[in-house]
Amino acid sequence: MTRSKSIRSWLLLAAFAGGLVLLSFLLPTQGKRATDITWTYFLDMVQILPAVLVLMGLFGVWISKDAVVRYLGTGSGLRGMGLALLMGTLPTGPLYVAFPMADMFLRKGASVRNVVAFLSAWACIKIPQELVELRFLGPQFMALRLGLTVVFVALMGWTIEAAIHWTEGRRAG
Amino acid sequence: MSATALLVNALAFGCLLLSLFKDRGRTADALKAAGRFLSRLGPAVGMVILLIGGILGFLPEGTISGIIGSDGGFGSTLVVALFGAMIYMPALVAFPLAGSLLAEGASVTAIAAFITTLTMVGMVTLPVEIRILGRKLALLRNGLSFVVALIIALLMGRILS
Repeated sequence: MTRSKSIRSWLLLAAFAGGLVLLSFLLPTQGKRATDITWTYFLDMVQILPAVLVLMGLFGVWISKDAVVRYLGTGSGLRGMGLALLMGTLPTGPLYVAFPMADMFLRKGASVRNVVAFLSAWACIKIPQELVELRFLGPQFMALRLGLTVVFVALMGWTIEAAIHWTEGRRAG
Repeated sequence: MSATALLVNALAFGCLLLSLFKDRGRTADALKAAGRFLSRLGPAVGMVILLIGGILGFLPEGTISGIIGSDGGFGSTLVVALFGAMIYMPALVAFPLAGSLLAEGASVTAIAAFITTLTMVGMVTLPVEIRILGRKLALLRNGLSFVVALIIALLMGRILS
């Protein structure tokens, strides 16, 4: 993010806060409630965010993209799929970092289903993020969403692979 | 401090000590990266906290449950899912917002749909994805992800409520 963009988003935040303060003067009862709730969530965030960011930083330093590249593409069947999902959950950057990696995997001969699983896991099951989900949405919600996501991402990988092979087979034949 | 917060902090502290023990330079880099994340995510985190306070404090009770509550049906879930697919919001800040909406009476289905499309489907990153991975793979992945997100949301709504 550029410096001016960062300043702009802080200014936007200040403007939004100013608006809420103004609104609190007009509607004191609701304003009191809003302030209390904001404070509670602020405390929650302060307790968890630094630790999550430190974990993200550590992951970025110790688990390099090269290591992910080395491990993906090995193993086949369920093991390969599991490995692809696992590699995707390691937080080493935003989604657009994963696109070139996925492209490289495909060029190196990794299966479409594993690459799709890798991308999807990268997009929605990051380990530090799951800890935040656990905190704010509870263990039941987090575990169920995680489990269902893994199952459906795997199914989706197979479906997309079949679809792509089918269209390519048709073009060839 | 909640049990989860304790767990997360203990985990981070343990990993930090281990990293420090193994390589001080790398650990310093990791902490610098964490600082960069903070300055980048800071405004978004502040915004969401204020938004939660604003929604829960100023909107009359029942507004949220009226719009995306369990009576909203599939239509409201679909709208929320589309919204999640179109906007870009870091998942880190989406979870507290989702939690607060859930506490205000939003349905599990709507919230699960929002989080899942938000993370899995990326309209904002779609052009890059098409350029790098090709139109077919990118469109199939995003399209199917949207359908899958709805299925996951409906199943979660069924199981958890």
